[in-house]
Amino acid sequence: MKINVSHVAKLANLTLSAAEEKKFEEQLSDILSYIEKLNEVDTKNVEPTSQVTGLENVTREDIVKDCELAQEEALSNSKSTQNGLFKVKAILDSK
Amino acid sequence: MDLNQLTIAEALEGLRGKKFSSVDIAKACLEQIRKHNEDINAFITVDEKGALEQAESADKQRANGEELPFLGIPIALKDIFLTKGLKTTAASKVLENYIPQYDATVVAKLKDAGAIIIGKINCDAWAHGSSGENSDFGPTKNPWSKEHVPGGSSSGSAAALAADMCLASTGTDTGGSIRLPASFNNLVGLKPTYGRVSRYGIIAMASSLDSIGHFTKTVEDSALLLSVTAGSDPHDATTPDKTVSNYSKIENGVKGLKIGVPKEYFASGLDSEIKEKTEAVIKKLEELGAEVVDISLPNTQYAIAAYYIIMSSEVSSNLARYDGIRFGNDRSFFGDEAKRRIMFGTFTLSAGYYDAYYKKAMQVRTLIKQDFEKAFEKVDAIISPVSPTAPWKLGEKVNDPLKMYLSDIFTVTANLAGIPSLAVPAGFSNGLPIGIQIMGTQFSEEKLFQVGYAFEQATEYYKHTPKL
Repeated sequence: MKINVSHVAKLANLTLSAAEEKKFEEQLSDILSYIEKLNEVDTKNVEPTSQVTGLENVTREDIVKDCELAQEEALSNSKSTQNGLFKVKAILDSK
Repeated sequence: MDLNQLTIAEALEGLRGKKFSSVDIAKACLEQIRKHNEDINAFITVDEKGALEQAESADKQRANGEELPFLGIPIALKDIFLTKGLKTTAASKVLENYIPQYDATVVAKLKDAGAIIIGKINCDAWAHGSSGENSDFGPTKNPWSKEHVPGGSSSGSAAALAADMCLASTGTDTGGSIRLPASFNNLVGLKPTYGRVSRYGIIAMASSLDSIGHFTKTVEDSALLLSVTAGSDPHDATTPDKTVSNYSKIENGVKGLKIGVPKEYFASGLDSEIKEKTEAVIKKLEELGAEVVDISLPNTQYAIAAYYIIMSSEVSSNLARYDGIRFGNDRSFFGDEAKRRIMFGTFTLSAGYYDAYYKKAMQVRTLIKQDFEKAFEKVDAIISPVSPTAPWKLGEKVNDPLKMYLSDIFTVTANLAGIPSLAVPAGFSNGLPIGIQIMGTQFSEEKLFQVGYAFEQATEYYKHTPKL
């Protein structure tokens, strides 16, 4: 089986050159054929493990705490701000 | 002996006895960095000014009679630990100019304990790798032989400490990223129980596997450091509210302890000299009074496959946030390894493949975890090699990602099961260090220190140092 690299790259919001596509397709297919060995394992009726702590529903009291970051600080690493907010590309077309 | 070569315990004793000052130690470390970092490439950022200021203030505190567990001890941090006001890159060009607005919990705890943050350390970008060669800031060299890799992903953490540029360093271990470089540099490396140390403020790789640990020269130092970093954190919901023991009170000897040796870890693929050295470790522990028990962890052979699916899936999700809007550069700045893992994880999570890959891997994870649970009914701890081979040469595996992944074959199991593992030096192969690991049940760090300490004191490999 092969991975459709250009499709996966699009899903992951990555832009690849043609040369990269070819290289990654080979490398990812290698890894894919390696992991096929899991098919040998009988996992019928085996519960999946998504975490190992055994903790459930960790909550805290719903009380207001002081905000640790001032607005200016929160924006300090962004190259794209306007009026104290993060500026992003339009999602919906206005026309 | 120079001050930068001291263990933490020795330095604390000297500081308390007023034999030298924190500034003296910090200067010795900074001098060593100046002399050798260009060759070794262990540091991405050296905070010379900040380190000296912190050292001066530590000396003042001590003069005023204040006493803190790490007062005046220079520590270096893997560059994925957020440090307020100090650049944190994850060794990736995506974050080449990122200045965190807050400290990771562990960093805050270290500062509160009086430690001096001397700088930020090179690693495989985003902690993806087993050799250190995936850093966007150039590979780190092994101080024992500059033609060889220091192991990854916490490559610089191990190299900086082995080269005496700091007295301890932090790391993260998602599939072996502390234990492998520790063993390649004759150091003690602790991967704590999942959840024992907070992940808050540490750039996430695979959130269900990431363990926050450290590198030290001795087992005693490792225990001292865990006493500071461990504990529940309201900012990390996966840190159980378990008592933090005084880990540095290490019990003496291994008499009567049952040590398991898993036969699957000695199967084909294990280098003959590593096998010999590991068998010598087992013999030594037997001489010291431990009872050695043969055990089986039958699903070991599936660990790497399960790990790569789970890890890549979580990586693809965690790295989705890097879009260049709130911080950092855009996604075109990701290196090859991050791209591979993001795409592989995106694939295994995508519609139509989730059950076949991600769910299957999580089920195999259950079986691997159960293997350990069964084994620990019979034994107190398990011993195995860390790496199937001695350190390899720079460049040897860079074009074959799968081959690189297989270097972690003995280490990923502890992450999948969430158990702690302590890597300790086990000798040398052609002059290059190799290590073994001691695994235990969840939250059994004390027992690992006990076994590690007994072995260390009987062998004293830590007394060997590289010639730079």
